[in-house]
Amino acid sequence: MAPRTPGADLPEHPTWLWHSPDPKSSYDVVIVGGGGHGLATAYYLAVNHGITNMAVLEKGWLAGGNMARNTAIIRSNYLWDESAGLYEHALKLWEGLEEELDYPLLFSQRGVLNLAHSLQEKRDSVRRVEANRLNGVDAEWLDPQQVAEICPILNTSEDLRYPVLGATWQPRAGIAKHDHVAWGFARALDRMGVDLVQGCEVTGFERVGDRVVGVETTRGPIRAGKVAMAAAGRTSVLTDTLGLRLPIQSHPLQALVSELLEPVHPTVVMSNSVHVYVSQAHKGELVLGAGIDSYNSYSQRGAFHTIEREMAAAVELFPMFARAHVLRTWGGVVDVTPDASAIMGMTPFENLYVNCGWGTGGFKATPGVGWCFAHTVAHDEPHPLNAPFSLERFTTGALVDEHGAAGVAH
Amino acid sequence: MSNEFRLADGGRIDRDRPVRFDFEGQQLQGYAGDTLASALLANGVHRVATSNKYGRPRGIMAAGAEEPNALVQVEAPFPEPMLPATTVEVRDGLQASGLPGKGRLATEEDPARYDTMHTHCDVLVVGAGPAGLAAALSAARSGARVIVADADTEFGGSLLGSGQTLDGRAATDWVRRTTAELAEHPEVRLLPRTTVFGYYEDNYLVALEHRGDDASSRQRIWRMRAREVVLATGAHERPLVFSGNDRPGIMLAGSARTYVNRYAVLPGRRAVVFTTNDSAYAAAIDLHDAGVEIVAVVDAREVVSTYWASLCVERGIRIHASTGVVSTSGTDRITSAHLSSLGPEGNHPTSVRQVVTCDLLLVSGGWNPAVHLHSQARGSVRFAEDIGAFVPDGTDQAARSAGAVTGVLATGKCLTSGAEAGRDAARAAGFDAELARVPDSKHAPILAARHLWVVPGSGDSDGTTQFVDLARDATVADVRRAVAAGMDNVEHVKRYTTIGTAHDQGKTSGTLSTGVIAEVLGVGVGELGTTTFRAPYTPVTFAALAGRERGDLYDPVRVTAMHDWHVEQGALFENVGQWKRPWYYPHSGEDMETAVLRECYAVRSGVGMQDVSTLGKIDVQGPDAAEFLDLVYTNKMSTLKVGRIRYGLMCTADGMVFDDGTVTRTAEHRYLISTTSGGAANVLAHLEDWLQTEWTHLRVHLTSVTEHWATIALVGPESRQVLADVAPELDVDNDGFGFMTWQEGNVAGVHARVCRISFSGELAFEINVPWWYGREVWEVLMAGGRPYGITPYGTETMHVLRAEKGFPIVGQDTDGTITPHDLGMSWAVSKKKDDFLGKRSFSRPDTARTDRKHLVGLLPEDTNLVLPEGAQIVEQPELGEPPVPMLGHVTSSYRSAVLGSGFALAVVKGGRDRVGETLYSPVGDRPVPVTVTEPVFYDKEGARRDG
Ligand SMILES: Cc1cc2nc3c(=O)[nH]c(=O)nc-3n(C[C@H](O)[C@H](O)[C@H](O)COP(=O)(O)OP(=O)(O)OC[C@H]3O[C@@H](n4cnc5c(N)ncnc54)[C@H](O)[C@@H]3O)c2cc1C
Repeated sequence: MAPRTPGADLPEHPTWLWHSPDPKSSYDVVIVGGGGHGLATAYYLAVNHGITNMAVLEKGWLAGGNMARNTAIIRSNYLWDESAGLYEHALKLWEGLEEELDYPLLFSQRGVLNLAHSLQEKRDSVRRVEANRLNGVDAEWLDPQQVAEICPILNTSEDLRYPVLGATWQPRAGIAKHDHVAWGFARALDRMGVDLVQGCEVTGFERVGDRVVGVETTRGPIRAGKVAMAAAGRTSVLTDTLGLRLPIQSHPLQALVSELLEPVHPTVVMSNSVHVYVSQAHKGELVLGAGIDSYNSYSQRGAFHTIEREMAAAVELFPMFARAHVLRTWGGVVDVTPDASAIMGMTPFENLYVNCGWGTGGFKATPGVGWCFAHTVAHDEPHPLNAPFSLERFTTGALVDEHGAAGVAH
Repeated sequence: MSNEFRLADGGRIDRDRPVRFDFEGQQLQGYAGDTLASALLANGVHRVATSNKYGRPRGIMAAGAEEPNALVQVEAPFPEPMLPATTVEVRDGLQASGLPGKGRLATEEDPARYDTMHTHCDVLVVGAGPAGLAAALSAARSGARVIVADADTEFGGSLLGSGQTLDGRAATDWVRRTTAELAEHPEVRLLPRTTVFGYYEDNYLVALEHRGDDASSRQRIWRMRAREVVLATGAHERPLVFSGNDRPGIMLAGSARTYVNRYAVLPGRRAVVFTTNDSAYAAAIDLHDAGVEIVAVVDAREVVSTYWASLCVERGIRIHASTGVVSTSGTDRITSAHLSSLGPEGNHPTSVRQVVTCDLLLVSGGWNPAVHLHSQARGSVRFAEDIGAFVPDGTDQAARSAGAVTGVLATGKCLTSGAEAGRDAARAAGFDAELARVPDSKHAPILAARHLWVVPGSGDSDGTTQFVDLARDATVADVRRAVAAGMDNVEHVKRYTTIGTAHDQGKTSGTLSTGVIAEVLGVGVGELGTTTFRAPYTPVTFAALAGRERGDLYDPVRVTAMHDWHVEQGALFENVGQWKRPWYYPHSGEDMETAVLRECYAVRSGVGMQDVSTLGKIDVQGPDAAEFLDLVYTNKMSTLKVGRIRYGLMCTADGMVFDDGTVTRTAEHRYLISTTSGGAANVLAHLEDWLQTEWTHLRVHLTSVTEHWATIALVGPESRQVLADVAPELDVDNDGFGFMTWQEGNVAGVHARVCRISFSGELAFEINVPWWYGREVWEVLMAGGRPYGITPYGTETMHVLRAEKGFPIVGQDTDGTITPHDLGMSWAVSKKKDDFLGKRSFSRPDTARTDRKHLVGLLPEDTNLVLPEGAQIVEQPELGEPPVPMLGHVTSSYRSAVLGSGFALAVVKGGRDRVGETLYSPVGDRPVPVTVTEPVFYDKEGARRDG
């Protein structure tokens, strides 16, 4: 037999994952949206708070939304204390998650480089590194030579249109396999008797005054003690039925993969101004993404010029990618808030909780979201880590603005 | 062993043009017109690659882009990974080797060029098989602008490989005549070697043209907007699933036929044909007639076609009805097929009844219409029971499908549906189109096919060698495992098994896997549906998508009128937005710090000059210009008098500083506003956004005039004298030309607008001349300033000078979370105006806090120290365990020539109330003490600005 290619021996999925039950007529807690966040929230509600009379309602196939479409970058080197707190909590959970779920998540702490291409990006990067360190998040500022040592295939020459002036480096950051993560949570939930109901779209809420007592679905009404929304890009469609307008814009976000290639790229590289980010997945495909498509849309597909621009950036930074091939492009719907930070917490309606606005970067937060949102639902008040991410901040002005300072999304 | 399997004549190869190539070290010969696959087969090479997961030998399965197996790495002329041998044209010097499902990238830089074309057409015909050509004819004759694109090197599609006749002559004659006629129409563009790979909103389609390694661009992306689209994308033959269905020598029947007819290659000597439908009979007949011994036609159906049976009987070919190939033997090539009777549908075979030796096994499990583009454009599909595959079923685009993609397989019907689609498309596009006459074709009766998803196995009951997706080495066992794990959806099974995710994106395995899943689940195939089709249809190189946007063309380089002068003076440049701005002008032996100290000193003590042409300039005109500016700036602009200038701040709706600059009133209804260099485009977009969506009643027009004016800042105590020398007509006195006013006049013989504004605190003039005269005036000023020691300076010196004065730079000292009040610029926020962008937000509880981060100055206790920009500020000298509370950070930090020390600007929580306090900034791991100061370090009383 010929030598087996690297990645050919990825761990197999377990022989049992989950049932597909019909919904019951009532639950203690109903979670709307069976993406990573919905599943993780259900998981920690069960494990940390002992709630198992619970259903996760998913309009399509389980974890088929953004959870199935993201580029799986995980890092916690965000600028602001509020963000660093939440993402770092998530990263710590990631570090024990394979064991906890007993599922091969292919969590690989191969580090993430965030490149700086202008003097201002350099200042912003140093600022973020300094803040990260004081917040206990591992971070370093690297000069171009150090960057080249970590990622030799990156073009660090000064001839670049926007030369690499350095990068921030978070060694504990990395990637995981998104499906495995969702399935790991789902299997654990199935074992604990939580109903994962697929093909069940929530179309509205049942209310008694300002109290939510259940949901209307395409498979009939379901009563619920509490309803937790984790519907990502479609959250605003749901809250519209309550007359609650959320400060969210839904945009397409695209990603793509190449064919399988021998390992060339040892880490994750993200660039905001030569806009692309790249990793090489375990099997060998290059996984690339860039910015959102600028128009609003609920369709899970973007425009072609976004891909062309992204490829220009990719080849600019990685000349050796010139003759790699794009095999497949796809899109998700991301929910973007004015300050590029999430919304997680209470709503003006009793027993209704919201988690959304994760935009282009919520995969990495998955276990952290689950942990904190479960706490919020169980205790009817936010966990200290998600308290700053309340809906009220758009009224008080206490924004957690991650655009200007950190810039980098995903 | 040279072309041992090549027929003596026939085929569409050019026998006068032999080519030599290298496959895994073997020197082989082929002909122009061969693909690598056909040339390898001609040389008897079947085993081409190794499978991805199990390392099994794999051969050539297909003759086109759907090939799941025969992946090669091209080494020369230039390394390219993962190409199906069936799509690589052979040429002299080609060097390739087989791959185990994983390729290698070149380590050297790709020297080739890639480019892009934009085009529009009335009718885009995708695919130039019988349906596509007929469609093109109907449309072209109406005078419509037609584009015909086909991935293949020549037009004809299936007709090239089928050896059939049209109008009693070779079908390829009709193809030639049709193509020739199309080429005559002035409005028709023919694009062979061009794969339409993406179908986006509003009939926007993108294609990749292979132009060849010697062409001026190797590959070209076509961006096409079509009024009407005809999809004539054909169908892919479906393999059959049985044990050992992956060995080299197992080939799709239609592909084998193509090898014989188009390439004059015998893919074997002794063949078994295994089919579930009629189409493979034609292959059996063609191969037989070309000299291949057909040892058996194995037909899964109980009743076979009498039409085809009689043709077989004539040739002595034996047909085994109700029979299947259940397994095979052979290592590097199939050596025998194991037959078993299948019985009626649903029945399981007893045991292997017969072992037939062969070196070729042709398979046909039916045909999958290539609905990819139709589906990409969000067209729906339905499962057509008659052909056992998904066919187009409605689309929202101005598009129609024709030919085999609709599920019709007979050539005659394909031709007719094509001609109709072409006519209808042209009519829909507004042309008076008629149906083109289609040639007569022989029509064989078609007997219903049997849909066989998994050939009931013998020996391999667990299905571990029954391959569903050869490219991913995924088997029936994998599908069963997925279903047993609870997966009941094609998307989940796909992800569980990786079926359909390889380079071919499941072209041969897609429908098959749905069928297998349905069978395992016991549901209908149609209920399960397909996975989502996504662009690209076939893989596209990154470089082609990047096109010309590489190197300097990645993003336009913008330079000022004086750029060459700066280069000649040895300036180093900083990228600011798209601009190249002089950063500093080092003398020989100077490092940045020395150069900047020298430049700063020159400006403060004599005179300096900076090219500030890059600052954004927007001409604001209209009767409501004043009202508009009052809404977008925090301060009042309507009260500004003509002839005067005011500094202005802009906020976003949430009250955060967005940009700043000067506002010059040039006439009653006209202002010229300046923006930061990097922010110009954003500011214009922001203003247009408000104007066009919220304040549509305002009569205001905005024009970017950044590049109309070259702008020179002449700065320093001697600047007045220098200007007076070169602009004797100008009244440069403080009385005649006050601060924050402007004048028009002659500067160095050029009509100029001169403004008295200052970003350094020094006496300064800003001279605007038409771009064209920029360098000339610059040089005259330089020469005029020479007696005063005039010194050109760059952005770094400008930054130091303004920081000494405590002037913030938006985007450096602010980050989208800083209000004008935070900057200590409440004076620039009007209290009188009813409304302006950001006003409402200032009263929000968090925005109104008094302990927000304020812009302050910092002086490190160690006067030699220059704090790193970005360093954090903390309260205590001991950091303790994280998280360490942070008070703010250093936004700007320099060494000052006039202060003789390092100094910094910072934003610090409650900073204005901390002036005089000692705080700490961790530099490295050591917190260093710094004193909080007012942000103005130099000339606090502003005495210098008037000279
Ligand atoms: C292309 C792309 C790349 C990305 N890359 C990264 C990355 O590298 N790193 C990172 O951290 N993040 C990334 N993200 C973002 C990340 O995927 C999302 O922030 C995150 O997945 C959102 O949480 P979720 O998993 O719960 O969302 P989803 O998986 O979208 O879950 C929401 C679910 O709710 C369901 N739903 C919606 N409405 C209803 C309804 N009415 N009733 C029932 N169910 C409903 C949806 O079908 C969906 O399954 C990326 C996103 C995209 C699209």
